[in-house]
Amino acid sequence: MPRAGLAEMRAPDSILPLRTDGLGFNAGGAEILSDVSLKITAGAPTLLIGANGAGKSVLLRLLHGLLKPSAGRVFWAMPIDLAARRQAMVFQRPVLLRRSVLANTLYPMALAGVVREDRDARAEAALALVGLADRAADPARKLSVGQQQRLALARAAALQPELLFLDEPSASLDPAATRAVEEIVLTLAQRGTKIVMTTHDLAQARRLAGDVVFLHRGNVLEQAPAEAFFQQPASATASAFLRGELVW
Amino acid sequence: MQDLASAFTTAFGLILSLDPAVLAIVALSLRVSLSALVLAALIGLPLGALLAVARFPGRGSVITLTNALMGLPPVVVGLLIYLLLSRSGPLGSFGLLFTPTAMIIAQAVLITPILAALTRQVLEGMWEEYAEQLRSFGAGPWRAVPTLLWDGRFLLLTVLLAGFGRAAAEVGAVMVVGGNIEGFTRVMTTAIALETSKGDLPLALALGIVLMAIVLGVNALAQGVRGIAARWAG
Repeated sequence: MPRAGLAEMRAPDSILPLRTDGLGFNAGGAEILSDVSLKITAGAPTLLIGANGAGKSVLLRLLHGLLKPSAGRVFWAMPIDLAARRQAMVFQRPVLLRRSVLANTLYPMALAGVVREDRDARAEAALALVGLADRAADPARKLSVGQQQRLALARAAALQPELLFLDEPSASLDPAATRAVEEIVLTLAQRGTKIVMTTHDLAQARRLAGDVVFLHRGNVLEQAPAEAFFQQPASATASAFLRGELVW
Repeated sequence: MQDLASAFTTAFGLILSLDPAVLAIVALSLRVSLSALVLAALIGLPLGALLAVARFPGRGSVITLTNALMGLPPVVVGLLIYLLLSRSGPLGSFGLLFTPTAMIIAQAVLITPILAALTRQVLEGMWEEYAEQLRSFGAGPWRAVPTLLWDGRFLLLTVLLAGFGRAAAEVGAVMVVGGNIEGFTRVMTTAIALETSKGDLPLALALGIVLMAIVLGVNALAQGVRGIAARWAG
């Protein structure tokens, strides 16, 4: 590689598009996902939808690198060790450190190597974004479930990731807390963060999605712009799912 | 009965008058056991945390071993350290046998497995909860160790207190490597054993009362710490 230096200078400045090629995952002999080939591009949120057990969460974990695929690969537009630092994930049940709200926000920034002088300002902005600025000194685990999920979002937002994975972020929340989470997600999306999110809530998918990936029994049956998908899904399974019929 | 009553009276007299001999013995006990605790904590806590997060072949055996070592008899530890530190032993040239330093080493060896095993137990559940989130943040097991130690700080304080209690209460190890030399290596437990066998019950009792008071105080502290922990851990 005689011109490696030059190649480095030309390194892409986005981790997107994200592509997968023949991605599969087995657990204990059971096939959870098979032959998933996707392309996720910058823009409005991508929603992974499907029934419980369709493989949405596993796919998200494979994309984020928390699970190793049994088959196929995940491709980022830049080397994986660089791409890994530009993405974050918020889980269905937020795992908060046994520290203050502020300390929870600062922790991942320290790990990600954000320079010390920037951390406080970023944490403050992130907490303000989710409406927890006045709770900064409180023990994080004493927050309500909805507030905890907002803190998890703030923690991820403070990292200023290019791509944010969200795994059913409002599945265990009441309508008001769900609305708060959705507003934060939309704000982040408007600021240019690519959102890749799973949900089994169709109304939520309609509210948030720019495009939709429909999973069924471990297979991607469709990937389409949200409007097209919700008006006229290409597959019979997806239409049945949209009509609320059990498709599992 | 008369003897016992007068022994108690004399014992309280010794404590209340801050008898210098009693004070010196209590001070040495605290110094030895607290130093041993610090030493053991520096090794045992990170070791226990690492054992909680690391997955490697033979991990189960290592855990069984640390659990078994929790029941290490103090006299046996004393004997091992004695063999290491005696003139002809591999560390004999340091001339540490029958010094407070030898006692600190012996107690540290005694309680390190206790701290490691209890730390692993306390932090393992926390790691199960944290693992995926920390990996998402880009933290591997090594980076997780300090995080878990800090987040488990209140629970670990009770682990430390358990270790301290064990060190302060044991007699076998300090007796063997310290030699119970008056004014030099005599601590509460060895003094109690000696004075009882000599028939000097008031002094033995006085020291016994102080020892009990310290143990009680430590447990009260542990209780309080658990209260604070509950507030933060949620």
